[in-house]
Amino acid sequence: MLTGQAVDQASRVSRHVHLTAHPPVAQIKQRGGTPAFWGREERTGNVTQALQPGAKEPKGVRDISPGRLEGAEALAVGLPWPCSPLLAPRGHGSPSRTGLWSRTSQPCRPQPRPEPHAQLKIFINNEWHDAVSKKTFPTINPATGEVICQVAEGDKADVDKAVKAARAAFQLGSPWRRMDASHRGKLLNRLADLIERDRAYLAALETLDNGKPYSVSYLVDLDMVVKCLRYFAGWADKFHGKTIPLDGDFFCYTRHEPVGVCGQIIPWNFPLLMQAWKLGPALATGNVVVMKVAEQTPLSALYIANLIKEAGFPPGVVNIIPGYGPTAGAAISSHMDVDKVAFTGSTEVGHLIQKAAAESNLKRVTLELGGKSPNIIMSDADMDWAVDQAHFALFFNQGQCCCAGSRTYVQEDIYHEFVERSVEKAKSRVVGNPFDSKTEQGPQVDEEQYKKILGYISAGKREGAKLLCGGSPAADRGYFIQPTVFGEVQDNMTIAREEIFGPVMQILKFKTIEEVIERANDSKYGLAAAVFTKDLDKANYVSQALRAGTVWVNCYDVFGAQAPFGGYKASGNGRELGEYGLEAYVEVKNVSIPLCEFSSNICCSSKLSLYLLVWA
Amino acid sequence: MKKQGSDSNPVPVLPVLPEPLKDLKIKYTKIFINNEWHNSVSGKKFEVFNPANEEKICEIEEGDKADVDKAVKAARRAFELGSPWRTMDASERGRLLNKLADLVERDRLILATMEAIDGGKLFSTAYLMDLGACIKTLRYCAGWADKIHGRTVPMDGNFFTFTRHEPIGVCGQIIPWNFPLVMFIWKIAPALCCGNTVVVKPAEQTPLTALYMGSLIKEAGFPPGVVNIVPGFGPTAGAAISHHMDIDKVAFTGSTEVGKLIKEAAGKSNLKRVTLELGGKSPNIIFADADLDTAVEFAHIGLFYHQGQCCIAGSRIFVEEPIYDEFVRRSIERAKKYTLGDPLLPGVQQGPQIDKEQFQKILELIESGKKDGAKLECGGGPWGDKGYFIQPTVFSNVTDDMRIAKEEIFGPVQQIMKFKTVDEVIKRANNTSYGLAAAVFTKDIDKALTFAAALQAGTVWVNCYSAMSAQCPFGGFKMSGNGREMGEYGLHEYTEVKTVTIKIPQKNS
Repeated sequence: MLTGQAVDQASRVSRHVHLTAHPPVAQIKQRGGTPAFWGREERTGNVTQALQPGAKEPKGVRDISPGRLEGAEALAVGLPWPCSPLLAPRGHGSPSRTGLWSRTSQPCRPQPRPEPHAQLKIFINNEWHDAVSKKTFPTINPATGEVICQVAEGDKADVDKAVKAARAAFQLGSPWRRMDASHRGKLLNRLADLIERDRAYLAALETLDNGKPYSVSYLVDLDMVVKCLRYFAGWADKFHGKTIPLDGDFFCYTRHEPVGVCGQIIPWNFPLLMQAWKLGPALATGNVVVMKVAEQTPLSALYIANLIKEAGFPPGVVNIIPGYGPTAGAAISSHMDVDKVAFTGSTEVGHLIQKAAAESNLKRVTLELGGKSPNIIMSDADMDWAVDQAHFALFFNQGQCCCAGSRTYVQEDIYHEFVERSVEKAKSRVVGNPFDSKTEQGPQVDEEQYKKILGYISAGKREGAKLLCGGSPAADRGYFIQPTVFGEVQDNMTIAREEIFGPVMQILKFKTIEEVIERANDSKYGLAAAVFTKDLDKANYVSQALRAGTVWVNCYDVFGAQAPFGGYKASGNGRELGEYGLEAYVEVKNVSIPLCEFSSNICCSSKLSLYLLVWA
Repeated sequence: MKKQGSDSNPVPVLPVLPEPLKDLKIKYTKIFINNEWHNSVSGKKFEVFNPANEEKICEIEEGDKADVDKAVKAARRAFELGSPWRTMDASERGRLLNKLADLVERDRLILATMEAIDGGKLFSTAYLMDLGACIKTLRYCAGWADKIHGRTVPMDGNFFTFTRHEPIGVCGQIIPWNFPLVMFIWKIAPALCCGNTVVVKPAEQTPLTALYMGSLIKEAGFPPGVVNIVPGFGPTAGAAISHHMDIDKVAFTGSTEVGKLIKEAAGKSNLKRVTLELGGKSPNIIFADADLDTAVEFAHIGLFYHQGQCCIAGSRIFVEEPIYDEFVRRSIERAKKYTLGDPLLPGVQQGPQIDKEQFQKILELIESGKKDGAKLECGGGPWGDKGYFIQPTVFSNVTDDMRIAKEEIFGPVQQIMKFKTVDEVIKRANNTSYGLAAAVFTKDIDKALTFAAALQAGTVWVNCYSAMSAQCPFGGFKMSGNGREMGEYGLHEYTEVKTVTIKIPQKNS
């Protein structure tokens, strides 16, 4: 998921990666489980050893202090090196904020903190709460499979508490309801400022919890988070109602009012970004939020909770509950006092959410679900670019993108060359420690996903697809999977129909444009699609014909807060981002007032009855 | 009405008012082109005065046609295809405007002090109101930068059609002296958020804050040539802008008289787009059922705010017969409460008029009021022995045909008229060549809505006056102007719509 600028940055990083050939598997194994997660920060004396994978011996850690970096590697480290996300796993107060290495070798300045943050709990009313049940759950570092820390486990009782807080914050006359719209925008901008301030820390936290390469967290995810919040900050005082020329002597207008208490359930593949996508439009339009963050990746969202408080949002406006889908998630979607639920995740769970909404209070539902997005490469496309983008479309974020281009349709006459080059590219992809600047691919998020993906790979082989590279685990610990490419894939194979959500590329062959459109649309999904061609007519024709919420022409995964995103068919309901994204978060209220002769009330009521008569 | 919830306002209240700067230094006195400071081509300078004591503040480089040409060249270059400004992400333009807002916030005290000294504006007003409006306007427009949507259009036939909202190009912007900084921001913020480049001429009376903004614009990181500021006089620099063959649009705020010249010049030269915010003689209608205290206060502020030097001033107050005498009595009482003096001093409520010319014009109109038979209830003459101060003045028994009821006075002179019926007052209120603003005070929802529809004015206030903010469009009917500023409407004035139509083999819905 890249903006134009981020594409540049990310590809710059990846170019450097190619300069040094590190066999992906070896990279992890050689390190013997003591990868250099934090550079030399053991010097700072702030290392919480429990957090370090194989933390017994911080010696032998590769020295990445700026003075030691050379050439391409130094360039790649142009991003500030991570602040240690040592988030007090054993009851420490505040996170360590030292240990940031930037190019200028300035250590990360410790920020004064008014109070210690116990940020592994449930965030309600701008305060931290233990779970009512007192239960906690572990969150795992997917690069090692080790527990990072325990987090309070929210359940129905906690959701009830949070909804009560949110409802109170939404009462008529509350500070949040009476606030100027422009001030809501100001608060969102302030939140963006705070995230920018703590960018390196948040990026490191995201990488620790999710496994995505730090360079991507920092350059892509955090960049898009900040831009998304700023974008919606701008909308706060610009989402206009209308005055309407109603027939008859009436003054008629619409108000765009917030929906109310919004339940938001977000996934683990882009934890911070999905949080921003949800909070931005909901808060810009004046709603209050009860958010359940994914159990795999609760850490960055909880850190943001602190920043929400620091930014000055009134208590109860944002409430954040770490927990599991079947308990906390279900409590939100079937809650009688939640006015709207927004969910990003699997289509399977999407069905459950919509059903729960229907069975409870008919709350509004928006869903961003799975995909099996076709990426169509016509023979007249720029081959280098198409190979590059098709690779990126699938492998970005370890293949864990709902919009992943997981059905690459290649026109017959270029099929062999395309496959050959794609395999080459996949083989050169660097898998390893996500905190290593050379790493392009980190681990999958958890064991369940890891096993599921390996299962799909077996199914592919079993059903007769040709395994061209990869196909196995990429390390003996952590959830790493080799970049995998299948050729000769047929439309009816499991790997061509189901969402794999892993680094597994399917390449299919087609002959004619009509054929490929029919095949591309023959899916229950409709999230994204792309076509690569130099021919303007083909580009226009295909982009109109594809049944998908986003169509990219000669590019892939181009995202910006300005452009709406969402799915046709079973890929979802509604749109996020852009002006369209605001619609899901407002109720339109129509107000009509009779325009009467100024003094004569009799005339007024008689006119009114006339209109009633007309309607009767 | 029952108010719910707590009474504490969630929005931080106005910032605490500091003391004005004692040792304000004027650093920027030159012409700002290409993010650099230039002397005038002619070598000429002009003097800037403090209207409170008639003392010279400093000398400013006097821009003329040659300087406008230089500025236009710089602006044109900054607007070339492929330039940093044209290739910049829209969201980045928004970020720069937000940055500029941050810098204005940082230098709020400097700018407010400067505005008070140069414009005779009360320091408290400058600091709280003017600077507050500037910051909010910049942030508002910053938010729009990446939300100015074109459309895709379901055109007949096998075509794919879309529109692009493109910047117009080089915009000449000529701004007045009554709200020097606010008007500067009102002009540049929408222009920049849409991606234009600008050549701004601030008023010769009040060029200081605009030039200071030049330094902040550079500091914020706007590329050279995007904003150019040429201080100078209307008949020279202003005329050069409005006649220029390479300026694509001119925006002017000022008198109706000059507005006509600008539009004529645009017509004579290159048919540049024109937006005008001009004068007004805005009616303020008070019904007997209105809350009298509120009405008197709003009517008073609506006229006397900033020494009456507002284009929106409610300078024709129509009061319903049954409450007329009481309304006049209370208005006089209110007007007599004023403390005049140095606008930098705390406790002073009215500063000087901007310059001698305005001062004399106002006094002359006061004389005409007396001569035409209006009843002078209070004030009516100059105040103090130096500076351009005029006593708060109230006229009653004003009739529609008097000069003070027809011409824009632009000073602290309130006209109060009497009316009997709704039909009558609508007719009288609309019987003017102006149509900038209007207000009605009533508790009756029917009257309120009737007047909201009947009054010919770009802004109608109900039970309030002068309530403005960046979200709301502002501009005039009739000879009060062309076009609108602020709000989403204000952006239309800074974009050209381009329709792109592409032939396609086959269309599908």
